[in-house]
Amino acid sequence: MTDTISNPGPARLRLDRRTVLKGVAASAGLAAAPGFVRYSQAQSAAPIRIGFQCHRTGIGAAYGRWYEKTTNAAVKLINDAGGINGRPVEIIVEDDGTDAKRGAEVVAKFASQHKTDIVYGTLFSHVVTGSAPTAGELKIPYYVVSEGYHVASGKMNRYCLQPGITDVRSQVTSVAPWIAANAGKKVTMIFPDYAFGYDHRDYLPPALKAQGAEVIAQIAIPPTESSFTRYFPQIPAETEVIYHVMVGPAVLTFVKELGEFYGSNRPQLFGFIDSLEAVDINSPGLEFLDGSHFWEGSPRYAQPNDSDAQKVYRAAVGIDDNGAAVGDPKDVSTAAHMFGCWETLYVIKKAMEDSGYKGPEDRAKLIEATEALTEFKEGNEHPQGDKVFNGKNHQCYGHQNISKLEGGKLNVVHRTSIEDGHYEVEADYTTQPL
Amino acid sequence: MAFGPHLLLATLEGLVTSAVLALMALGLSLVFGVMRVVNVAHGEFFMLGAVLAWWIASLVSGHPAIGFLAALAISPLIVGAVAFAADRLVLRRLNYEPEATIVATIGLLYIIQQLALTFYGPQARPVDAPFTYRILFPWFGYSGYKLSIIATSALLLIFTWFVLTRTRIGLVMRATQYDRETAQAFGIPVGRVYAGVFALGAMLAAIAAVLIVPITQAHYLMGLNPLLLSFIVVIIGGLGSLRGTVVAALLIGVSDGVISAFFSPTLAKIIATLAVAMVLVFRPQGLFGSAAK
Repeated sequence: MTDTISNPGPARLRLDRRTVLKGVAASAGLAAAPGFVRYSQAQSAAPIRIGFQCHRTGIGAAYGRWYEKTTNAAVKLINDAGGINGRPVEIIVEDDGTDAKRGAEVVAKFASQHKTDIVYGTLFSHVVTGSAPTAGELKIPYYVVSEGYHVASGKMNRYCLQPGITDVRSQVTSVAPWIAANAGKKVTMIFPDYAFGYDHRDYLPPALKAQGAEVIAQIAIPPTESSFTRYFPQIPAETEVIYHVMVGPAVLTFVKELGEFYGSNRPQLFGFIDSLEAVDINSPGLEFLDGSHFWEGSPRYAQPNDSDAQKVYRAAVGIDDNGAAVGDPKDVSTAAHMFGCWETLYVIKKAMEDSGYKGPEDRAKLIEATEALTEFKEGNEHPQGDKVFNGKNHQCYGHQNISKLEGGKLNVVHRTSIEDGHYEVEADYTTQPL
Repeated sequence: MAFGPHLLLATLEGLVTSAVLALMALGLSLVFGVMRVVNVAHGEFFMLGAVLAWWIASLVSGHPAIGFLAALAISPLIVGAVAFAADRLVLRRLNYEPEATIVATIGLLYIIQQLALTFYGPQARPVDAPFTYRILFPWFGYSGYKLSIIATSALLLIFTWFVLTRTRIGLVMRATQYDRETAQAFGIPVGRVYAGVFALGAMLAAIAAVLIVPITQAHYLMGLNPLLLSFIVVIIGGLGSLRGTVVAALLIGVSDGVISAFFSPTLAKIIATLAVAMVLVFRPQGLFGSAAK
């Protein structure tokens, strides 16, 4: 000890020599290490890397968190069952801030820096629309769970697919007959003022008209809005049904203020559950919603006739019978949408197995294998229900649920058929080169 | 909806906006008036007030009013302490140089926002209103709590006015605002006054946030819009003028409510921004501000 203090020179020298020796040993070991050789010879044991473009922050954070939980649950099951093509699946998460520009950067980062096999998981339609061109340019498959009509419309590109959740156009087409028959004929729409809202704005009116109902007013509200009462006087007095769909951090305010405005003396309400996704439906101020109806992709509350697959799915993701996190009843999930992550991952698995996917050089084969899929059977891999897939416009079509809020719970009162959501498909991505 | 009730609703909405805006802009105006510091982080003090309100209310069980009142009492104190520390640790060391403090408060903005994101998370979380009485007009219902915000804000504004014009603290603050060096020569501890004013400005923002959080929920990005509106109010009213700030807040808030309700919120923002440009061109000191000495 004293030696070192009084004479630090040799000590430093000794350390230097050691470091050099270590360095030499390490490089020699690296060159000759058996592990290294084994890895390069059997590349197929390396994990399949899926880049998860996640709304961890920004206005989509509530969705992002539950998309992540669902993804992790599905990947765990896939890996426990032997992975994909015998290789484990690894998820690499990047936060896109629910921002279109950042979204495109994240896709580029996955392709060039993380070198992931594919990109997956985006919800908000403006992020998808902003990111898809980058995915197309870099020729990296981009599987989204967004519901917007943008993929199905043909406006994206061949590398962009949506095989796990029905698009908005099909959703509104399938629920319109029910609205016209049960809620009322004069409909006022309230929707967010951006791409996703425009799908509702453009496709609900023709669908209602075909059923003898009409849209008498359309009110667009920016998704970043924090105060809503000022919009409500625009609702015409003769309105029989208010059709509402809102997103963003202030959805609870939106519904509360609607309640303050109308009280129990309200028109019929038909909402997309987006207006209350991740929000406790029994929050104070929401009592007026009792008896109103909601669209749900997958029901938030456990239903008496739930399939075994649905039970397995709910248990794996960790949500209780009320659709909240197990152990935290205040942490309400985004159940109506997040099943799409689960199902998309299983579609990716199927397509990778069909195409014998080995690595990024097989990306084109993966797209073709996905396009070749036609239907998904209800089961553990597709707990929301069976679906058909159109390889031309890269979109799947499934059943939708209409739930009634009664006694503080959402009970499914109607389930649409896949045919209810049918529309003429015009897009064909398969004509684009890969 | 008929014109009369429509106008009533728009005015009520505008008054609620004005009430919150006046408190918040007053804080910004005070800090600029006394310290000549343009506090870009003011919106984050607002956000911090709301986030702390959620945290405090979630710790308190029982009637929602208890949690709300606890938040109203404690949250501004914590925010004030944070601002006090920021003044001592950052602004004072920059000698309150205008350019340096702008950059420093931008930095403060990001630090507070990212800390909120890290520890509070990206979710929007509600605080229950202390009461849920719904006022029933013949044409529409309106939240009684929202009306109470207007009254509370008016009381707080009167109280602030009283403190500034009728108390020794206010005298010391005004003296510092009028002439820093002379005030110091007369034995006024200018450094402590600065720290106190910065804390007070932040506390006003935090109070505004606690009042509004039962309506809009706490979210880590909620500070930006009120900050922009506060700047608009303060520029129109005249930096450092209490009366100007309140009048401009009323003007901007009510016109925002009315234009939003009859036309669109975007148009309301356009007009408010245009008003700022006009004021800057034709009356740079603001409606009630005095010309630069």
